[in-house]
Amino acid sequence: MSQLALVIDLNVCVGCHACVTSCKEWNTSGVAGALSDDRPYGEQPTGTFFNRVQTFEVGEYPNTETVHFPKSCLHCEDPPCVPVCPTGASYKREEDGIVLVDYDKCIGCKYCSWACPYGAREIDEHQKVMKKCTLCVDRIYDQNLPEAERKPACVLACPTSARLFGDVHDPESVVSKAIREEGGYQLMPEWGTQPANHYLPRRKTRIQIHMDELVRADNPLKKEGPTVKPGLDEPSLDDVTSW
Amino acid sequence: MHPAFSVIFLTTLIGVGQGLFLAIYTGEVYGTLDLLPAQSHNFYVTGSMLALIFLVAGLVASFFHLGHPERAWRSASQWRTSWLSREVIVLPAVIGAILVYGLVHLLGLKLTLFGFNTGLDNDLSLILGSGGTLVTFLLFLCTGMIYACIKFLKEWASPLTVINYTLLGLASGFLLAAALAAILAPALVQFYVVWTIIITISGLVTRIASLVRNARLKPQSNLKTAIGIRHGKIQQRSQGQMGGSFNTREFFHGAPDWFFRNIKWVFLVLVFVVPVILISLAMGNSGFLILVVAFVTQYIGLIAERWFFFAQANHPQNLYYQTVG
Ligand code: SF4
Ligand code: SF4
Repeated sequence: MSQLALVIDLNVCVGCHACVTSCKEWNTSGVAGALSDDRPYGEQPTGTFFNRVQTFEVGEYPNTETVHFPKSCLHCEDPPCVPVCPTGASYKREEDGIVLVDYDKCIGCKYCSWACPYGAREIDEHQKVMKKCTLCVDRIYDQNLPEAERKPACVLACPTSARLFGDVHDPESVVSKAIREEGGYQLMPEWGTQPANHYLPRRKTRIQIHMDELVRADNPLKKEGPTVKPGLDEPSLDDVTSW
Repeated sequence: MHPAFSVIFLTTLIGVGQGLFLAIYTGEVYGTLDLLPAQSHNFYVTGSMLALIFLVAGLVASFFHLGHPERAWRSASQWRTSWLSREVIVLPAVIGAILVYGLVHLLGLKLTLFGFNTGLDNDLSLILGSGGTLVTFLLFLCTGMIYACIKFLKEWASPLTVINYTLLGLASGFLLAAALAAILAPALVQFYVVWTIIITISGLVTRIASLVRNARLKPQSNLKTAIGIRHGKIQQRSQGQMGGSFNTREFFHGAPDWFFRNIKWVFLVLVFVVPVILISLAMGNSGFLILVVAFVTQYIGLIAERWFFFAQANHPQNLYYQTVG
């Protein structure tokens, strides 16, 4: 059984909101109807989004880091939002683990949103049904799209490739490798929801370079006898040939 | 959480209806056991009618909470997992049971109808009423569990939630029964008044217990676990929107701080102190008016109590919605 999910690299996200706008664009144009907005260009604009990018400041000035933090439904493996739904409108798909809302069954009681600790669900104030990230279920299986585009809109939009998409149950998938090798973690593990989406932490990518790595030291193994050291602008041993 | 008036009225109104029915039926059982003077059908019929009015009013209020009331029938389908679904089934069952109970009294039906002769005048209504009692308590359980089952809303996730819903519903129902008895069955007033006082004081104890418990709660989630960054100092700079969203409207009570801090004193006085004083006054004489005043005061207090119940619950999602910017 697979479990599709996003892995979001906080080390790379620059907080440009491209995923937010691209998500909104794709999902407001789908068969399920618009993701409604109120006063989009007026005062107090508000509307339904599947994905938000938030910003946090970590540390004390001047030693602070700005962390941009995209948040959408985490497609929990044990989703508390599903069993509480009285109508069965909220469900988790067996085949790929995506948590969905059936907009034709939802009565808009909002109970599921209370049961999601992450605030991932937002009611559509006009359609009066609960909405949330679908992992672009209407595009990732679309045979009319080229294979490379069968990914959630947010993943395709991200200019820094901070968003990875794949099956976290397949140990060889790009997401599983990233989680394994880059220290991927889940949000609020204390509630046992086992979010499928993971986040990659901030990490320092430094390389150590020493002086003698910048200035080439030729023939380092030739111990016997002094060799002529070529000048810096002359062709060096390695550049010419092996002799 | 943002207190929705639809849910406040739903839970308080059905509480009154349930408590009233249980009071009426208790009176009938005591009457049968000759512990109290038995009453005419009239008292039970009126009592059931009144209970039905409250329950139906609660049901109507609940529809205002739904985005798609026309699909409400679907919500009976997930009773295996959802307490809300169970409530949706049990509430009509309670209404049905009380309706049948009232009708049996109205028509004076007895078990002889089915060929059994028990010699009791009200054997059929006794049997039906015990079934009604069962579903009525089941409804208290369902209503309370809707809130108590959400484990990360720690203010709610406690047996005290169910106990308080039950006791407060019973208290208001018994109080209304006392007022009703003041007109239709003066011999029962004393009985109901004493029970109202006992239940109200028990409710005071358990409600204070939950206030104390909630005051000591330590949130299990914090910004560190919310975004997964282990650092002592994390501040939100932006929540990804400027004009608010469902997340900022549904999960914050939005009332001024002074209001939130004082409302618990208001409900403690209105639900418990004032009614107990008033009905103690009514004990000696069967003062209908004073009992009605006590009931109305308590009901207003219950609205405040329910408002506070919702407002006090601090949802972990609020961690993500601290700062607009
Ligand atoms: S993140 Fe929230 S809405 Fe999404 S599956 Fe988990 S609990 Fe449900
Ligand atoms: S709002 Fe819709 S999806 Fe959520 S619990 Fe109610 S019926 Fe289910």
